[in-house]
Amino acid sequence: MYQYDKYDQQMVDTRVAEFRDQVERRLAGELTEDQFKPLRLMNGLYLQLHAYMLRVAIPYGTLNGKQMRMLGHIARKYDRDYGHFTTRQNIQYNWIKLEDAPDILADLASVEMHAIQTSGNCIRNISSDQYAGAAADEIADPRPWAEILRQWSSFHPEFSYLPRKFKIAVIASDEDRAAMRLHDIGIQLVHKDGELGAKFFVGGGMGRTPMIAPEIRDFVPADELISYAEACLRVYNRYGRRDNKYKARIKILVHELGKEEYTRQVEEEFAHMKTLGLNPPVEELARISEYFADPAFDTNASDDLDLSDPDFNLWVDQNTEKHKQAGYAIAVISLKPTSGIPGDASSAQIDLMADLAEQYSFDELRVTHSQNIVLPHVKKSDLYTLWQKLDEAGLAPANLDLITDSIACPGLDYCSLANARSIPLAQKISERFADLGRQRELGELKLKISGCINACGHHHAGHIGILGVDRKGTENYQLLLGGSAAEDTSLAKITGPGFDEDGVIDAIETVTDLYLKERQEDERFIDTYRRVGMAAFKEAIYG
Amino acid sequence: MVEAIRFRDDDTHEEPAVSLEAFLDQSNATAVRIEPGEDARLLIPLLDRLALIDVSFPAFGDGRGYSSAQILREAGYKGELRASGDVLVDQVAYMRRCGFDAFAPDAAIDTKVMEEALGRYDEVYQGTTDNRAPIWKLRHG
Repeated sequence: MYQYDKYDQQMVDTRVAEFRDQVERRLAGELTEDQFKPLRLMNGLYLQLHAYMLRVAIPYGTLNGKQMRMLGHIARKYDRDYGHFTTRQNIQYNWIKLEDAPDILADLASVEMHAIQTSGNCIRNISSDQYAGAAADEIADPRPWAEILRQWSSFHPEFSYLPRKFKIAVIASDEDRAAMRLHDIGIQLVHKDGELGAKFFVGGGMGRTPMIAPEIRDFVPADELISYAEACLRVYNRYGRRDNKYKARIKILVHELGKEEYTRQVEEEFAHMKTLGLNPPVEELARISEYFADPAFDTNASDDLDLSDPDFNLWVDQNTEKHKQAGYAIAVISLKPTSGIPGDASSAQIDLMADLAEQYSFDELRVTHSQNIVLPHVKKSDLYTLWQKLDEAGLAPANLDLITDSIACPGLDYCSLANARSIPLAQKISERFADLGRQRELGELKLKISGCINACGHHHAGHIGILGVDRKGTENYQLLLGGSAAEDTSLAKITGPGFDEDGVIDAIETVTDLYLKERQEDERFIDTYRRVGMAAFKEAIYG
Repeated sequence: MVEAIRFRDDDTHEEPAVSLEAFLDQSNATAVRIEPGEDARLLIPLLDRLALIDVSFPAFGDGRGYSSAQILREAGYKGELRASGDVLVDQVAYMRRCGFDAFAPDAAIDTKVMEEALGRYDEVYQGTTDNRAPIWKLRHG
């Protein structure tokens, strides 16, 4: 994986010094909270209901054991002994003191990490496919491109006061594991005439007004990537709405202008941008790509696996994925135990995952947008030992992509924007559906819970989505069906009137029962829903 | 009136800046003021006439003026480019990178804090109209 050179290191070290100075000025009263807010936000520091929350960037979700261990250290030393992995492949800490924040950033910088632009109206951490470099179906590793974009977008002077936040995802396979078309810019690496380049989708997003990004260019060559991205951003910075923060994302601009007019403006800007010398040479992409070369796989490793232990067999079946190298597997550590908080891990669990990555996965881990952890390169002959060690630490729920592998936002337990709690609902659902046999019978089922319409829990993209709202002072949950964040991207629709907490869980059981009754052959829940339609599900729920 | 900050050696331009609309209507003005929603590109055919362009920042969070500045410098404008209004010390470094060389803030800027901020980062990751060499260029010559 990527390693900082002296320039990268100097940039993050300088950022620590800069933020230390800004915090001192804030604590001394030289900066008002209004003036300090954009500065702390660009360093990932939010003021939540009870304390400051710090969001640490994990660029394209990739990190090594040493970095993971530092995340555990921060949880232990500065927080309440746990961290929360997020849908943006980052980690956040919910109980941070402002005066500790500069020291935390210094600790992060010591392992080539930072919290730069993890919040604020700027270009956020670049996300990617969690199986990059390991997936059997990718045409190239998307992470060198993501790293080029990370460096370009860091401290970008023109695009740090955008109308609203700006999220970019890069993938390199037809299967979309990164919700690419639900990003402000989604990039898919593609080949054209033997050359690798980027297909651009612009104007996707969730939030109050979910939109699927349309394709605006089928091919941008590697040595024009930055000028094309600059063109997309400049049109947005100049013309994105600033009169209403709920209409300020680029999806609204693309929607209001129309894809054709937005594209025309971008192309016009691009023609100009290309003349400005903004693009790193292809040698820079080559330099970065070297860091992402395959690890030293054992090419004689065997594909044989002893699956005689039934629990291990279940875990292998559910939580491992096909690796591009024979004899290896991608192993997914589920952070969704029954009654657990989706995405939370204790410092001891974080330390253990760091150890296991070093021992069994060429010192690499990934964070997934569905809030799990991946060991991308595990030799099949090591899987059983690995699984035993995970199981001892409560890290072996065999529920990847099943109904209890839910995404949930922090909700009203932490967040000042939320209308309803998300975490207790996710916990109750995991208890109601705790039986693994029943979960497996239901098959792939993406359940996503948001505690308000800002949709941090991706409810629009859930096969089953839940949206928490405030109804006359009490928490109320709306049920949605039919969303998908994968390559068959679709937006979920609300079934009808909302429910209380137990009521919405009953309604989920009703719709899953109907699915079991209606499904044909090996249809997934989403397939049956699409075939049968909303009306039948509505009828089952509301009579 | 808070004192303006200039990074230019020439004399301060004395003529008051007129609105974009007024400027486009009259041929003799040499200073113009543009608002965030106005298209800086309308000035490109007329840059020879201009000695001062004042880019207004009614609120520091409205970043349209950064693009206006870049567009004007990319088009070859060499005169004074001034950011005025809600300009805070922590924005000055990015504004300098986008080509601003003068500042007329509503509230006084602590020049010591500003000097520290301007000198803080030795290198930059991306090319802008300040023409500093981005880190990728340092890596590859």
